[in-house]
Amino acid sequence: MEPVFAALVGLFFAVGIYLMLSKHVVRILLGVVIFGNAVNLLIFTAGRILREVAAIIPEGADTPVGPISNPLPQALILTAIVISFSFFAFLLVLAYRAYQEIGTDDTDGMRVAEPAGEPLPPIGY
Amino acid sequence: MTGEVSGMTDISGAMITAPVAAADWLVIAPVVVPLVFGALLLMFRHEMRWHGIVAMIGLAILVGVDAALLKRVLAEAPLAMTMGRWLPPFGISFTADALGAVFALTAGVVALICAVFSFRDIGVSGRRYGFYPFLMLMMAGVSGAFLTGDIFNLYVWFEVFVIASFGLLILGSEKAQIDGATKYAILNLVGTTLFLIATAYLYGTFGTLNMADIARKADGLRGTGPLMTLATLYLLAFGMKAAAFPVNFWLPASYHTPRIVIAALFGALLTKIGVYALLRTLVMLFPVERGILAETIGWVAAATMILGVLGALAQADTRRAFGFLVISSVGVMLAGLALGSETGLSGTIFYAVHSMLTMGALYMLAGMMREFGGSFSLHELGGLYRLSPLLTAIAFLLVLAAAGLPPASGLWPKILLVKAALEASAWWLAGAILLTGFLTTIAMGRIFLLAFWRDAPAVDGRHVTAAATGSRSLGQGVLIAFAMPILLIGIMPEPVIRIAAQAAHGLLESAPYIQAVFPAGGG
Repeated sequence: MEPVFAALVGLFFAVGIYLMLSKHVVRILLGVVIFGNAVNLLIFTAGRILREVAAIIPEGADTPVGPISNPLPQALILTAIVISFSFFAFLLVLAYRAYQEIGTDDTDGMRVAEPAGEPLPPIGY
Repeated sequence: MTGEVSGMTDISGAMITAPVAAADWLVIAPVVVPLVFGALLLMFRHEMRWHGIVAMIGLAILVGVDAALLKRVLAEAPLAMTMGRWLPPFGISFTADALGAVFALTAGVVALICAVFSFRDIGVSGRRYGFYPFLMLMMAGVSGAFLTGDIFNLYVWFEVFVIASFGLLILGSEKAQIDGATKYAILNLVGTTLFLIATAYLYGTFGTLNMADIARKADGLRGTGPLMTLATLYLLAFGMKAAAFPVNFWLPASYHTPRIVIAALFGALLTKIGVYALLRTLVMLFPVERGILAETIGWVAAATMILGVLGALAQADTRRAFGFLVISSVGVMLAGLALGSETGLSGTIFYAVHSMLTMGALYMLAGMMREFGGSFSLHELGGLYRLSPLLTAIAFLLVLAAAGLPPASGLWPKILLVKAALEASAWWLAGAILLTGFLTTIAMGRIFLLAFWRDAPAVDGRHVTAAATGSRSLGQGVLIAFAMPILLIGIMPEPVIRIAAQAAHGLLESAPYIQAVFPAGGG
């Protein structure tokens, strides 16, 4: 299973990076989402894909019966999903506000903080 | 029911059964204190009169516990505590060593001074917007990043302080802030995602996320695991967070846009966390791989410090010039990482302490120069010496501090770094550090000359006049609070050199760190 997932992760990374290379903020954000999901799949694959049961201890026992799957990658992915989702929500609002304020989502046109052609500091006085 | 089960079962194979000594709770106090105060401020978010005072109390307690923690780890061994009583490496460990504690203490001191400055810089709208809760939550993230002993937990703390910094960066919702924040947010998100990618590979290779566990297992995996890939990915990810060339373009795009106190906090703290993470991963976890990457890191360091200061030379806006000086200072710190010797690393750690104080002070100086001169632009500033001799004296000290000249604190770490570079016969790196110091003297000297020495220039036939926006004596008092430690460390560097050397030694000899997490050697 792992090679299939590795190829899938690679595809996700390729699509994400391609979109992030765009100069339009909306496409960059879509790239960020796909990039984030690629990482989630990567953690999942790195934790090894097994056909074992979930790590639930049956009633009346103290230890799991038989081999169980590793629950840690899922916990890591859950954390990563929560964080990347909240970031994405913030970034969406930020991009929308930037579009409202600056009137463009083209990063070449976003030169408010760093205006082009600023004068150099005085040479002398 | 759980009580019955654990009563019958021997849990000592999975959990720590001995109760944690009360004094050991100190290791998580620097995270708990700002979190609790941040939550308190959120609960009383409409009582804005009290926000500043409550935040000040919280940060003062934070500095107190940071100082106690540093004192303890210096006198004894690194201090570890594992969450949920699970035996390490299954629980998340917090591990404070001299390196983490000294960074946490300096960060706490800078935040406390910034909180005082915020009384004149953050108005009612800033308070309503939530400046103080954001500040406390950012400090929780910063302290957590310095003290955690778990690499995934380090990622979480990175995200905590980054998201709080987003909130601070756009405080005011001005056009330039939103523009700068867009670039800052996207590039920082890419940086932390790269960090997460490296961590996923690390987990796939090691099967553990506990740093002490990784450090002791690295030798066994060196022949088979892709450790070189991991080290390179961490270098890229944390290099991006530290604003190392060529992945530093988010910093000059954004650091001049927020309020002065926020710019000071960011310039002082955020890039240093990237440097800290580089030290922790490359020196402690992957020392052999760092040795292979040393030349690359060296060129990155030289390029970062020289291109940073060249950027500062080309800026007419004081805040933007200081932003480029932040980048340049990161380059100087990376030089010690490239050298990897104990002298070099203690130079890096000392320089980080110096740089946190100096960069915070520089941004506040820019704010006070505007207060007196009415502008951030070197085309309009002038005659400040006549207006405030006190500010001029502080500015002169900061010129010396940034350039690394006596009697300010920047001299000693540069001596350590140059000495380490010459010991390693990396003459080009020593030359780059000295050239950077020379160029910084020119960049800072010119700002001083134009803004303080010359008479106020007439712009469009009139003089720019200052409009008082807050208490000037408070602003100057805060600058003195920054200048005192800078001068004191410059005159008496021995204690800081000793602490930095101990922190560097702890990185190179990780046995006490591992011993703190795994007392029995098992796990």
